[in-house]
Amino acid sequence: MNSHIQIRSEHFLEIISSLIQPAIAQNSNTWDLLRRLILLEDYNTRVVLLGTAMLGCAAGVVGVFTLLRKRALMGDAISHATLPGITLSFLLASVWGWNEKSLPLLLLGATITGLLGVIAILAIRNLTKLKEDTALGVILSVFFGAGISLLGVIQQMPRGHAAGLESFIFGKTASMVANDAIFIAAASFLSLSFCILFFKELRLLCFDEGFTGSRGYPVLTLDLLLMTAVVIISIVGLQAVGLIMIVALLVTPAASARFWTDSLGSMTCISACIGTVSGITGSAISAIYPKLPSGAMIVLACAACFATSLATGTRRGLVIRTVRRRRMNQSVEKQHFLRTMFELSEPRNGSTPNSEVSINQLTTARSWTERTLQSNIRRATKNEWVTRIGQRIKLTKKGRIEAERLTREHRLWELFLIHHADVALSRVDREADHIEHVLEPEIVAELESLLSEDQRTLPESPHDLAHHNLASELTDRFDRHGDSSQISDQEEPV
Amino acid sequence: MQLLPWNWMLDGWIIATAIVCAVSCSMVGNFLVLRRMSMLGDAITHAVLPGLAIAFFVTGSRSSFPMFLGAATVGICTAFFTEWIRKTGKVDEGASLGVVFTTLFALGLVLIVQWIDRVDLDVDCVLYGSIELTPLDQIRVFGQTIPRAFVVLSTVLLLNTLVMLVLYKELKLTSFDPGLSVCIGFPPGFFHYLLMTLVAVTAVASFESVGSVLVVAMIIVPPATAFLLTSRLSHMIVASAVIAATSAVTGHLGALGIPAWFGFRSTSTAGMMAVSSGLLLLLAATFAPRNGIAIKFWHQLVLSWNILGDDIVALLYRVEEKQPVSYAESAWLREVLICRRLSFRAMKTWLHLKGEIKVEGEKISLTGRGHFRAQNLVRSHRLWEQYLLDEVGLDPSRVHPQAEKMEHYTDKQLRQKLNQAIDNSDTDPHGIPIPDERSIKPN
Repeated sequence: MNSHIQIRSEHFLEIISSLIQPAIAQNSNTWDLLRRLILLEDYNTRVVLLGTAMLGCAAGVVGVFTLLRKRALMGDAISHATLPGITLSFLLASVWGWNEKSLPLLLLGATITGLLGVIAILAIRNLTKLKEDTALGVILSVFFGAGISLLGVIQQMPRGHAAGLESFIFGKTASMVANDAIFIAAASFLSLSFCILFFKELRLLCFDEGFTGSRGYPVLTLDLLLMTAVVIISIVGLQAVGLIMIVALLVTPAASARFWTDSLGSMTCISACIGTVSGITGSAISAIYPKLPSGAMIVLACAACFATSLATGTRRGLVIRTVRRRRMNQSVEKQHFLRTMFELSEPRNGSTPNSEVSINQLTTARSWTERTLQSNIRRATKNEWVTRIGQRIKLTKKGRIEAERLTREHRLWELFLIHHADVALSRVDREADHIEHVLEPEIVAELESLLSEDQRTLPESPHDLAHHNLASELTDRFDRHGDSSQISDQEEPV
Repeated sequence: MQLLPWNWMLDGWIIATAIVCAVSCSMVGNFLVLRRMSMLGDAITHAVLPGLAIAFFVTGSRSSFPMFLGAATVGICTAFFTEWIRKTGKVDEGASLGVVFTTLFALGLVLIVQWIDRVDLDVDCVLYGSIELTPLDQIRVFGQTIPRAFVVLSTVLLLNTLVMLVLYKELKLTSFDPGLSVCIGFPPGFFHYLLMTLVAVTAVASFESVGSVLVVAMIIVPPATAFLLTSRLSHMIVASAVIAATSAVTGHLGALGIPAWFGFRSTSTAGMMAVSSGLLLLLAATFAPRNGIAIKFWHQLVLSWNILGDDIVALLYRVEEKQPVSYAESAWLREVLICRRLSFRAMKTWLHLKGEIKVEGEKISLTGRGHFRAQNLVRSHRLWEQYLLDEVGLDPSRVHPQAEKMEHYTDKQLRQKLNQAIDNSDTDPHGIPIPDERSIKPN
């Protein structure tokens, strides 16, 4: 009765049986199999490899656009939505006395309800306030439910050997024949050429739907065409490799490719490559180890590609992002350290400049732990920015120049915040702390001209530099700026 | 006459189980719909395969508790991995879900093939239940013989209701505004994973006893329907529960009744429940009081109808104003207003019935009542023109089209304000006098 599951178990049962039998019969060793695989000696292997490779390539390309349209699971919804079409055409064919298992008829039914599903999804999205993902889920479950109900009816028919139908719907990779491969080739060619011909329009559609419409492109038609490509791929894929496999082929290569690049062109190429390679690898592995179902192996190959990309992708991969973040943190730490060194050794309030700073002073200046401070000092010493004499640290000439530049940028930004952004004096230090690390030379030049600062002089800090003693800082500032308008506005009762 | 092949002992329990299952699924589904994670239900029902395989491998039995435990664990893992990939990899929600569930399913497939003898592999009856068979598997609770599925699902429903009642505020907050919830000290991560756990437990318990189609449908469709009907979360949860129960009942009746019209026996109850919930959604999308497609269409129709009426009387007023005649030919009116023959004729009849125009053959003229409506309209129009010129500084050639739009929703109070703003000017930018305000409607 529970046909969804029957279908599924049936599906892999058949994969297994079709895979196990030849292996037992041949009783050959792995190396022999591998040699035959590489030389493509078996006709069957040739067909399967070619078919899955083409399917992987096309699904990878189409998947890129669905991923960027945030409809990655469209393939899932559509492959479920084909079920009522298949069952209905089976039912009608047997009522009218046609051959109910003819391939084109069933595929036609599948395409019709698949497209109906697409139209329904687009209608839900455009006409109601429901979101994309809900539309997908609704269509998936309702259409599949309808298919299951029809299947329940078919199972009661005298001639309805629904079991055959089910295995037909959910495909088997290993027993792919040349006919299937031709089907796949045609479908892949169709959807690939669509993606290449309309690359520019699809790119627009993916990144800025509103803009596409305003340029006069038919957004709805383009959307519909793209989804038709998904329908075609899904149906061919369903028949060849099964439901879960086609979902994986549509989602995973595209998602993996996203880690490597920010350009749509290269993302499409990478995704196509990953799809192809996964298709080939998966079916090759299952050809060598016949106990492993090829559909599942294709998915796992995709997943392996995804995991690799997630970790090592050169644009968004975890490793590169961690390295980038660490570098950023280190440079921020370095800049904070140098600036603190500079500010502590700066002559102020008429006192004599003390070129040496003690570690104690540094510890209290910022909330550094002993360890961070030590590692900062070590790194700065290595770069010859400071020299260390016992418990005292001294800026070298090179370090002083760098530190002065950093301090200057910090203060320029503080002055900008005070004069142009009307930020309270007590808050500028912290805000400048965030921004100073990313100030580019152009912005610094602009700040200089805006504040009409000399190119070389270092402006004085607009606030007290004693970070650690807030109370004394406040009283101090009040004394010094008591007559200045900024403070009196806020603190003196009128 | 027996309409349906009905048996209270069987069908009663099927419907009761279906209602309990549908309500508990839709309850957690509300939050999935709001968090844009509707596909999670589908993903979990596929992804649990390795959990089932491992549970079977470890215990060597097909008893349902270890199976349930394994499936629920993997279900939670699915949600966890999805969230992790989404966050650390900055991948789109749907894509990360797709990657995770397909991978887990493939893994489960391989494990089953590797570990379990294929003769022994009878996945469907062990792992996935069927709602038609639930009344057959009974246990004794409190001296009553009750289907096991009903007991399990009632427990789940109770659990869900309890969590919803106790943590309603927190779940609401974290669903709508995670940023705010961080600020006031509710960790959204914790509630996210709590909800995911709840979803996993509900989904696994449900498909294990009633099948996966029903789970996937009931998690999404009733909440989506309720979402269209209301904009309050509390109302949405209650409405989704009612809708879920309704579709459970109608679904089962449909499964029994509809195939009989074509000479078949009953069909899959779960499938029909999904279909009937889909039909309810269609109804809601069309006729929802505020956002229904048909309702919106109707409002637009009424609006354009009113505007056409406004345009006709205003045009007649202007004709009258210019003299020497106080009537217009209907063909001329239609030509000027670029109006279709049918709608013009309908409008003419309507205005005549309302007593706003007088029709004498081809000649149309305003009555006192029509004059009242037209005068205020034309006044609004000219006030707006003057205002747009004086205060907004629009080019004189552009004020007319703007005023043409705004005249239709300008009421008396707004006209007074406009009049003040333009210092009681007597004429509009084209030098035509602005008519006086008329406030007493003639009979």
